[in-house]
Amino acid sequence: MLSYILRRFLLAIVTVWAITVLAFVIIQLPPGDFVTIYINALQSSGSPISYGQAEAMRAQYGLDQPMYIQYLKWMGMMLQGDFGMALAWNKPVKEIIGDRLTLTMVVSIAAILLTWTVALPIGIYSAVRQYSLGDYVFTFIGFIGIAVPNFMLALILMYVGYKYFNMSIGGLFSPQYAEAPWSLAKVLDLLQHLILPALILGLAGTAQLIRIMRANLLDELRKPYVVTARAKGLSETRVILKYPVRAALNPFASTIGYYFPYVVSGSIVVSLVLSLPTVGPLLLTALVAQDMFLAGTIVLMLGVMTVIGTFVSDLILMWIDPRIRMEG
Amino acid sequence: MAIQTQQPDAEERISLATQWQLIWWRFRKHTLAQIGAVIVILFYLVALLADFLAYSDPTYVEAQRSLLPPHGIQWFDDGKFAPFVYGLKGTRDPVTFKRVYVTDTSQKYPLRFFGKGFEWKFLGFKFDRHLLAVEGAPAEEVLFLLGTDSLGRDLWSRLMYATRTSLTIGLLGVTLSLFLGILLGGISGYYGGPLDTFIQRVIEVIRSIPTIPLWMGLGAALPREWSVTQVYFAITVILSLIGWTELARVVRGRFLSLREEDYITAAELAGCSQLRIIFRHMVPSFLSHIIAATTLAIPAMIISETALSFLGLGLRPPAVSWGVLLQDAQNVQSLAISPWLVIPTIPVIVVILSLNFLGDGLRDAADPYG
Amino acid sequence: MEHGPEPILSVRNLKTYFFQDEGIVHAVDGATFDLYRGQTLGIVGESGCGKSVTARSVLRIVERPGRIVEGEIILRREQPNGQTDEIDLTKLNPDGALMRAIRGKDIGLIFQEPMTSFSAHYTIGNQITEAIRLHLKLSKAEARARAIEMLRLVGIPKPERRVDEYSFQLSGGLRQRAMIAMALACDPGILIADEPTTALDVTTQAQILALLERLQRERGMAIMLITHNLGVVAEMCDAVVVMYLGRVVEKGPVRQIFHNARHPYTQALLRSIPSIEAAPRVKLPTITGSIPHPYKRPKGCPFHPRCAHVMPGLCDVQTPALQPVAEHQEASCFLYHPSQ
Repeated sequence: MLSYILRRFLLAIVTVWAITVLAFVIIQLPPGDFVTIYINALQSSGSPISYGQAEAMRAQYGLDQPMYIQYLKWMGMMLQGDFGMALAWNKPVKEIIGDRLTLTMVVSIAAILLTWTVALPIGIYSAVRQYSLGDYVFTFIGFIGIAVPNFMLALILMYVGYKYFNMSIGGLFSPQYAEAPWSLAKVLDLLQHLILPALILGLAGTAQLIRIMRANLLDELRKPYVVTARAKGLSETRVILKYPVRAALNPFASTIGYYFPYVVSGSIVVSLVLSLPTVGPLLLTALVAQDMFLAGTIVLMLGVMTVIGTFVSDLILMWIDPRIRMEG
Repeated sequence: MAIQTQQPDAEERISLATQWQLIWWRFRKHTLAQIGAVIVILFYLVALLADFLAYSDPTYVEAQRSLLPPHGIQWFDDGKFAPFVYGLKGTRDPVTFKRVYVTDTSQKYPLRFFGKGFEWKFLGFKFDRHLLAVEGAPAEEVLFLLGTDSLGRDLWSRLMYATRTSLTIGLLGVTLSLFLGILLGGISGYYGGPLDTFIQRVIEVIRSIPTIPLWMGLGAALPREWSVTQVYFAITVILSLIGWTELARVVRGRFLSLREEDYITAAELAGCSQLRIIFRHMVPSFLSHIIAATTLAIPAMIISETALSFLGLGLRPPAVSWGVLLQDAQNVQSLAISPWLVIPTIPVIVVILSLNFLGDGLRDAADPYG
Repeated sequence: MEHGPEPILSVRNLKTYFFQDEGIVHAVDGATFDLYRGQTLGIVGESGCGKSVTARSVLRIVERPGRIVEGEIILRREQPNGQTDEIDLTKLNPDGALMRAIRGKDIGLIFQEPMTSFSAHYTIGNQITEAIRLHLKLSKAEARARAIEMLRLVGIPKPERRVDEYSFQLSGGLRQRAMIAMALACDPGILIADEPTTALDVTTQAQILALLERLQRERGMAIMLITHNLGVVAEMCDAVVVMYLGRVVEKGPVRQIFHNARHPYTQALLRSIPSIEAAPRVKLPTITGSIPHPYKRPKGCPFHPRCAHVMPGLCDVQTPALQPVAEHQEASCFLYHPSQ
């Protein structure tokens, strides 16, 4: 068990390292070094910096040194919690992305929770009542869910909401709460606004998880231990919920590891369409403006959050499956 | 009890059939997969014949005619079949002073099938015939089956070209992923050991990184001065560099299970060379699985390209793809004024659905002995 | 035979069919037999003859599209007041409270695959105490104590530790012992053992069979032993029911069946047992032909296409019924019909 956790943890560390390299590459990709871009941006905004300051910055980031030193310096800054400056805001990156990163995670986790609570019972129903009318209906909805990319779904729903219900959907807060400090009322307001983005983000995953759950459960239902459980005199509901469903949860749980990055990914585009105050729109503006510190930090942070999410889901998987717990 | 699904008299037929015949018979039972196959073929025909099916030059800009609503064909004239379109008359709205177009029923432009229109090239030859052509005026000025975009370009014609771009990018990207997937998955599955572990870890690392932010970062870094073709290929490469993992997983799984099969051991004992074992014994038995997995990978590619272009970080105008077209439909305001701009979502959904049905059917049929 | 006057379980003309798109499979087609207290009844036949479906029909756990279409399954239970009540299991709702109370409490089941008969997600103890608490209304601690007791009874070493282990941590033999412990945890009057030793190696097989014999002696339960292994039958059983294509072709005390089989199928079956006394290099006799396709069941006596004594015009037209052929022995064959 310990070795399993250790292995997963090491993998998580390696993944984080790979992500830092990728983020660094993204920062480096645009032509010219970022101090030049930074200086240009400051000049155009009317607060030029002196030659000496620029040189000091170059030295701080090690721009006159080889690539790997630059990378190490940047890593060092990251580890100290210094993510550099965001050009357009002329503020430290940390200040700008803090709240938005949290909201990104809130939206993603809400979508995943919704997916689970919906996909699990429907998957069970579809397997136990295979080829029933309900099974066909859910299969059909599932296919639609897979075929409609989530940003298009957002687009269509927004249009429908605007045109037929005359309401603007989008955002995570009502106007009166947007800038207000956190309070119970604000949280409730957030929860209300969360449902639609979570639904949109979760639909494709829900469809896929229903199919996975249905297929797994159909396999499990044929296994002898189900007959054993029935022969003990348990009620049918108890038999199914305690034994095959439990077994079918395994492959189901092992998909969350990959599902989390997928949802975070999707939230970026959906946030743009629904104008959610997550890091999505910020990343796009940063990339378009070549504000590479901001963009690189966002990519890095999303990656790290995902890795943590994946690691947690691995722990959940271990908790669910005694075979991993005993052997690992 | 052992229940066979075939009648005994069919048994002999089955035992004599080749693997591909079995796959074909199984596939024939999947109605949805067959419908999917037909639709997919039709769409790829559209991609091939985009120039012929378009009737307007997709780059013809006329700001005066921006955001025109769809303008339908009149099929009958005086009870006779003689398709034509009415002309459009530009006037000023007396209240807003905006320029608006109204149907001018006094002007009729007859339509011709296989008539002459703008010039296009195919395999070095020049053509000017189109499925639909207008007589008496350039098609760009009177025929707007699906309306126009903000620059007055005809949406139908642009949709034809977008279909070509999006579908080929899907195919090309999958081909590239397939190459990477078979190579790395094959190595991983055939040799096993530390190499396998390493490749598996790489796959796990790639899969646990959120893809869209990464694509956005890479897409944004493509130099602005690159040509449409360069960007097109660069995007394909970016998409497949991340998209190969799933295919590699399938290939590896197949290799692993095949390695244990008795007939492979038999071939080894009979002294077959490694290459012969791979290509003569292993590949035929998992080719069908690869085809199915590939079919299921194309929609993911198409969605990725569409999403990226939709954000403005993928293909850039003057390239036309479904995502580029949808960029015009990014906010509620533009949708409310010109709802026809969402039309490009329809082919995206239809194609993805069809490819999914087709892939599902192929996957079920791929294991005819299962 | 030393059994009481009334059988604990009587199966009468049981028919269980599977309704499939391709046709109806007559898995059990008119089976009739009795099981007495303290008796071990062997049900033998080739695979696909309906043995297992018979067992599942008794427990009412036949899965869709299978269904009991006809017949009676009478269970006689002893009440606490000394009276016996009779229940026709075919009349019960398979998911109803009474049927569920009978399953596990009055009839226990063990079967072939010890590998997968336990769920890998719960400890052995969890799965045994579940049955105990369901039927015997004991507290958690009492149920656990009983589970450990049962594990000790079936010969599992260190039951206090094993009770908290998972099935995949046990060997095949131990797993089958644990399975028996679970089936017997609520002291059922009937134990249905569906090929209990098929998946085990020969030494373990012998141990499990010895265990079953011992438990039967100690507890006086009736065992319905389903097997295709005639050696096991000879060793374990008091009486035998031979099935072919869902029908009982012959039944009787084990000695008579082995030494004086009447039905051509039983005779052929016995001839195909390898014997240590047989002459070397002589081919083992096999039954000619193969089991017909489930949808293409022969008309008349189902065995007639493979029978050496087939009487054309009779066997392929009419279906024979069970006829007494000796004391306690019956066979369904026209060779023994009084009219012939």
